[in-house]
Amino acid sequence: MGIVVRDVTKRFGEFTALDGVSLEVQSGALTALLGPSGSGKSTLLRTIAGLEHADTGRVLIDGEDRTDAPARDRGVGFVFQHYAAFRHMTVRDNIAFGLTVRKMAKAEIEERVRELLALVHLDGYAGRLPAQLSGGQRQRMSLARALAVRPSVLLLDEPFGALDATVRKELRAWLRRLHNEMHVTTLFVTHDQEEAMEVAEEIVVMHEGRIEQVGSPRDIYERPASDFVMGFVGPVTHLHDAVMRPHDLEVTLDPVPGSVQAMVERVIHLGFEVRVELTSGDGADLWAQLTRAEAEQLELAEGQILHVRPVGELASGNGVSAAHPSVGLAREP
Amino acid sequence: MRTRNRLALRTLALGYLAVLLVVPVGFVFYRTFEHGASAAWHAVTTPSATHAFWLTIELVAIAVPLNTIFGVVMAIALVRGRFRGRSIVGPLVDLPLALSPVVIGLALILVWGTKGWFGQWLTDHGLQIIFSFPGLLLATIFVSLPFVVRETVPVLREIGTEQEEAAETLGAGPFQTFWRVTLPAIRWGVAYGVILTTARALGEFGAVSVVSGHLAGSTETLTLQVEDRYEAFDLTGAYAAAAVLALIAIAVLASMTLLRRRRGDVAWASS
Repeated sequence: MGIVVRDVTKRFGEFTALDGVSLEVQSGALTALLGPSGSGKSTLLRTIAGLEHADTGRVLIDGEDRTDAPARDRGVGFVFQHYAAFRHMTVRDNIAFGLTVRKMAKAEIEERVRELLALVHLDGYAGRLPAQLSGGQRQRMSLARALAVRPSVLLLDEPFGALDATVRKELRAWLRRLHNEMHVTTLFVTHDQEEAMEVAEEIVVMHEGRIEQVGSPRDIYERPASDFVMGFVGPVTHLHDAVMRPHDLEVTLDPVPGSVQAMVERVIHLGFEVRVELTSGDGADLWAQLTRAEAEQLELAEGQILHVRPVGELASGNGVSAAHPSVGLAREP
Repeated sequence: MRTRNRLALRTLALGYLAVLLVVPVGFVFYRTFEHGASAAWHAVTTPSATHAFWLTIELVAIAVPLNTIFGVVMAIALVRGRFRGRSIVGPLVDLPLALSPVVIGLALILVWGTKGWFGQWLTDHGLQIIFSFPGLLLATIFVSLPFVVRETVPVLREIGTEQEEAAETLGAGPFQTFWRVTLPAIRWGVAYGVILTTARALGEFGAVSVVSGHLAGSTETLTLQVEDRYEAFDLTGAYAAAAVLALIAIAVLASMTLLRRRRGDVAWASS
């Protein structure tokens, strides 16, 4: 097992950042810690790294209890959101830092730095200072710096959070490819569900210092364990008391069994997707996600009266959290 | 129009500097050499003048490194530390700035003088603090204490803890982190603090005057020498000593500027 966290609690004064968290991450896995800010995901990552120390509980890395070990002895690579580049050092010296403090032979360091520069596509930038690099380049440099010491675990704290959208997309794909080549146990923190789904093999959803659900991206999206997970990992809308995905609403011109009457408030065209905002008979707002073809067929117009009901397996009551059994029992005039 | 405004503003700023700074300092140099270079040279090479010069250099050479080490350690403790009483220590460090130097001098006499708290014990053991070198040193250290702390604290805050944390995860111990990461990151703050400390240590008059006893050729620093010569109507001597002080100050500033230019100032340039 790559990383084991057992019943870890961490408080900052009155605030409980981690509330009895237990987690296992397989060796070589690529896992995302997903949650809103204040959910404890960064604290959990920093506790694993040894940058914070748990009040109670244990942290095991590669089977060894590291709870009381200082960060420098844990064999983890850590990548910070704002790069944490050593500003006064060149790219070469930044990457070599972990090797230099270990007093590795000069020739060996040169060789390793050359390898890493190639790995992160920064060959030719060795003599530059961090200030002369773009954000994406700086983050690749700090990744190379973290990988230089051959860590058994790679931890990334919102690694793409400070980058603009295009670079972020590029780096996500690149991190995935890199992981496929290196197979180092990787845990990264993000508040962006799309990023988690795109990059990770497994997602750990956190909320208020606890783990809400652990599963594959598909599991989390299709079988959310709680309303919180449902709402956090994808769009949701409400039909009476039920929470559902907007693309799981069936919209028809004529009433069908189990459908509710609703009026079109607004139609938003987003390329392939069409978003319809509706008000149901009892005055509640809801919205549906349709394909362009579906929308054309309905000839959507503001003020139009339509009929909506949960589609597919939702109609039979599955897939929606058990707390809301009222789906499909709506009245129809 | 805009150019003319800018020109006017620039002239005003430079004129202000000239009237308040350049003219008086220039005048000191003019007066020093008024009776020729040999008279000036003679004035700065009298035994009491050379003694005052070396005494000042010694005081600065001891006080500045001590206050630099203290300042950096204290700044790190204030910014990174979590000890009790941190809110009291901060203002305490500023005390020498707020207190009149004369009060500092008197306080030193009260504690270290022959009738002071430790004075009797020290006299019994053959150590004299007040009216001798240790007293001058204490006064100099006291008045120049806050500068490195004050210049380093904001820089430490600004760089944050991430670089240090990164160094730690890469296997660096506390000392390696300090020498390789923290110190290079704060070096210009420290350097500026050192300049201010040196300037203050060189120029201190009040506190040093109180504890010195004004023994020419023994406990007289350059600033005291200026006063001493002036009171003795030896104007050339006074101006010459003043010129020496000004020259040391200019040398300190110039060496710092050169050092900064050669290293290339990346600390300010990067985001």
